[in-house]
Amino acid sequence: MKQLKGQSGQERVGVYVCHCGSNIAGVVDVQQVAEWAAERLERRGVVIARDYRFMCSSLGQELIEKDIKELGLTRIVVAACSPHLHEQTFRIACQRAGLNPYLCELVSIREQNSWVHEDKNAATEKAKAIVSGGVERVLWHEPLEPLHVPIHPATLVVGGGIAGIQAALEIADAGFPVYLVEREPSIGGHMAQFDKTFPTLDCAACILTPRMVSVGTHPHITMLTWSEVTDVQGYVGNFTVTVRKKARYIKTDLCTGCGICQEKCPKKVLDEDFEAGLGYRKAIYTPFPQAVPKYPVIDGSNCTYFQKGTCRACEKFCPTGAIDFEQQDELLTLQVGNIILATGFDLLDARRIAQYGYGRLANVFTSLEFERLSNAAGPTDGNIVLRDGVTTPRTVGIIHCAGSRDRNFNNYCSAICCMQSLKFAHLVKERTGATVYNFYIDIRTPAKAYDEFYQRVLEEGTIFVRGRVAEVTDAARLPGEENRLIIQVEDTLAGLQRRIPVDMVILSVSLQPRWDAKEVAKRFGISCSSDGWIIEKHPKLDPIATMTEGVFAVGCAQGPKDIPSSVAQGAAAAARVLARIQQQEIALEPVRASVEESRCSGCRICNNLCPFNAILFHEDRMVSEINAALCQGCGTCVAACPAGAISGTVFSNEQILSQIEGLLLLNQSEPTQAEMVTA
Amino acid sequence: MSANNKPKFAMYWASGCGGCEIAVLNIHEKILDVDANFEVVFWPVAMDAKYKDVEALPDGAITLTLFNGGIRNSENEALARLLRRKSQILVAFGSCACEGCIPGLANLSTRESIFEAAYASISTDNPAGTQPQVTWNAPEGELHIPEFHPVLRTLDQIVPVDYYMPGCPPESRQIAIVIDLVLQALRGEAALPPPGSVIGAGQSTVCDECPRVRNLKTIKRFTRIQALGSIDPKLCLLEQGIPCNGPATCSGCGALCPKAGAQCIGCYGPAQDVLDYGARLLSAFASVIDGKDPSEIERVLDTLPDAVGQIYRFSLAGSLLRASKSVLVEDEEKHHAAHQY
Repeated sequence: MKQLKGQSGQERVGVYVCHCGSNIAGVVDVQQVAEWAAERLERRGVVIARDYRFMCSSLGQELIEKDIKELGLTRIVVAACSPHLHEQTFRIACQRAGLNPYLCELVSIREQNSWVHEDKNAATEKAKAIVSGGVERVLWHEPLEPLHVPIHPATLVVGGGIAGIQAALEIADAGFPVYLVEREPSIGGHMAQFDKTFPTLDCAACILTPRMVSVGTHPHITMLTWSEVTDVQGYVGNFTVTVRKKARYIKTDLCTGCGICQEKCPKKVLDEDFEAGLGYRKAIYTPFPQAVPKYPVIDGSNCTYFQKGTCRACEKFCPTGAIDFEQQDELLTLQVGNIILATGFDLLDARRIAQYGYGRLANVFTSLEFERLSNAAGPTDGNIVLRDGVTTPRTVGIIHCAGSRDRNFNNYCSAICCMQSLKFAHLVKERTGATVYNFYIDIRTPAKAYDEFYQRVLEEGTIFVRGRVAEVTDAARLPGEENRLIIQVEDTLAGLQRRIPVDMVILSVSLQPRWDAKEVAKRFGISCSSDGWIIEKHPKLDPIATMTEGVFAVGCAQGPKDIPSSVAQGAAAAARVLARIQQQEIALEPVRASVEESRCSGCRICNNLCPFNAILFHEDRMVSEINAALCQGCGTCVAACPAGAISGTVFSNEQILSQIEGLLLLNQSEPTQAEMVTA
Repeated sequence: MSANNKPKFAMYWASGCGGCEIAVLNIHEKILDVDANFEVVFWPVAMDAKYKDVEALPDGAITLTLFNGGIRNSENEALARLLRRKSQILVAFGSCACEGCIPGLANLSTRESIFEAAYASISTDNPAGTQPQVTWNAPEGELHIPEFHPVLRTLDQIVPVDYYMPGCPPESRQIAIVIDLVLQALRGEAALPPPGSVIGAGQSTVCDECPRVRNLKTIKRFTRIQALGSIDPKLCLLEQGIPCNGPATCSGCGALCPKAGAQCIGCYGPAQDVLDYGARLLSAFASVIDGKDPSEIERVLDTLPDAVGQIYRFSLAGSLLRASKSVLVEDEEKHHAAHQY
């Protein structure tokens, strides 16, 4: 077995142990750690070791800078918090003092030590080991330079819901080109299906459609509806995106959007998408009257001509000859510098919550069905009626958290259901005067003017029952329950079981990731949580970026969100993209993997492992190569390469193994033995 | 082989099969160069020699020693230390000396179970149940035989080694190249590689020398080559589900096995600078398994026949693991006992 030769003696190392107030110093004897490092690691090159209250403060950083200049330090080890938080801080401090920033190593004695241990002596000993590992590791660091790549000024926005619309408009208004790709025939997303928006009860269409129109007419926005991204290659600043533009069977340059085709089409189709299964559309259709673009699409799987070969009614009646049955899907190749994903959410299939009877009991509705039912432009013209289409309910039960906060379905809170259910209660009350029960676990109304809305609904006389509904049934047991839906619930405030007969039940169904979210994430080289939501770069400090440079995720694609938050995220991502475009180039972290060509046998083990598609195989030379700009330094290929031909900067074998030796305090033994090279 | 001022050469066979000795002879007429340029002072297979003759040499007197075989017993160990002391260049020659090779697989078994298998299993005719004893009082006096260590060690786990020459056995072509290099170096016409280097091998892995066609790999199951009805003669064996060790094995053999339609079993050891052959190989295999969910990956890995034999056939003793836990414990106890006396 090999023993690695440390490079002690050649480097001058400074060790800085942070108290982090009492976060670290409360558990670890930081002074002892610093003194230990100064004495016991002196032979390993440590020339100074200090402890300080807040290393990340200006004064703390100045301490390092001063030592670099005065003591001629060539390597820095800071023992503090996670590199995620302050690695950049200390690197920049080094840079200010004229030391290459990558010659600094931040080791965590907070997250991995003081926060997880109670035994102070053991934690102090562990901190020493961690510092020792950091010192051994930093000896192998090399000065690195960031990679600079140019930024293409165009941006791809995927998803034409409110978050995507906001992002697209912000960027286009600043004068830069945007491609907005939408899977459905029209932009607008879920918001276009709503009637009112909480808490102000603005008409959704009134505030959304002007934005949609702006997108449709914007000189800098290329709108690609009825289209999907099929492939993404490249890296931040230089993505090449392939978009499949599905055949609409409409010549959009001739179509005026007059709607005659939709009137004349003889084929009625249940509209499962926009009308949530409550209404009908034709085989040639625009999902709703204010659709943008105005052009319809022909749904080939339902069109009589496509299925049976005759009909062509739309073609006959079209006044401008805009129908084209021969149209084919088109593949477009786009060059963009940044990508914003705003792909939205799906609703949990309410049929899965068998005890609530959706799909089995006619008058159990989903939240989206109710949105359409209450929408003035919806299938009932806004009349809130039972499934028979005529009867107005006298009693309505609204069930919060249907499938949310439930280990059988989704563990998380869907965030919007409380406010949505309060809105429903208000609308039912306002339109029908019915008695309304809201069944909730907790009421969560934390945003601006939300709790005031809750108070308003309370005052309107909605009855709130705290408890998770056990069952919705039509099996009458008591007088007054016949021909009604009975909600069985434990009222946890009253402390009793209740059976409440109602005419209509509305389920505030859990939001969940798009059915193809994981596939989409893979296509864009980003990752999803186990739930399927896109993972943001940092949940607090970088909530719209992803771990892949140049790819942002906004709105419900990364978790349940209300409209204001989705809009704010869309705008935030736009601001980030605009800043990038203005800079014209971006400096990338030089933490990259590279292939040593002479060692690569071209075995191709690594070829399909890279989550960022950074590995190319050269058939002619039979070697693999890593595109440095695409590589994110994740190390997957480094671990997989059986020939050891791939190495990762900052994570070389020497760096990792010597850190282990340091952690195990093997560097404490006599120099002759530790430095013996037996290779 | 008369005594003269030619550089001195030695070759020693420790715990190994002897194939390395044959491989040296298999260099054909090149062996005459050895004889012409070296004085062979110690080579038990080729000529009579006594340990005391070697002991009598001044330290560093032997220019080049090729040491094959692992360190299985006290005699192997004593000779390793002796030859280290007497040699300027000590080469761990062949897989056993480099990384333990097949004898190293015995590191999975305790001494007791090894003796059991060797002296008491059904294939052994040993009615008296005789087992080796370190000392024995024979009528002629007390006899000693070498003590069998609990753990087989590689040469460099006992003494510092200058060069490693992998292979089971090293290819004769490579041996000839190395001998030429040493001769040139002795004449001052070439520089020897830095100490610790692997010599007589390639820079890359067996795939580099393998002519089979390679595609993107996804493995749905592993299977033994003999269990397949037919194999594609042109396609990468690993892609056909045959656990070929080529991707992780140091090049230099010329991909003899895959060219002949058999999978590489890894006798040339790890690629240069790879610390643990089996870990690398397993990591590579695991990386190309077709499956995302852990149970599926586990199912595919379970189809890998004889996992230890597959990934550590030649390198267990030299790996980070070295031996099974019970064997290491036994070894530890022996050392502990030795210190007490």
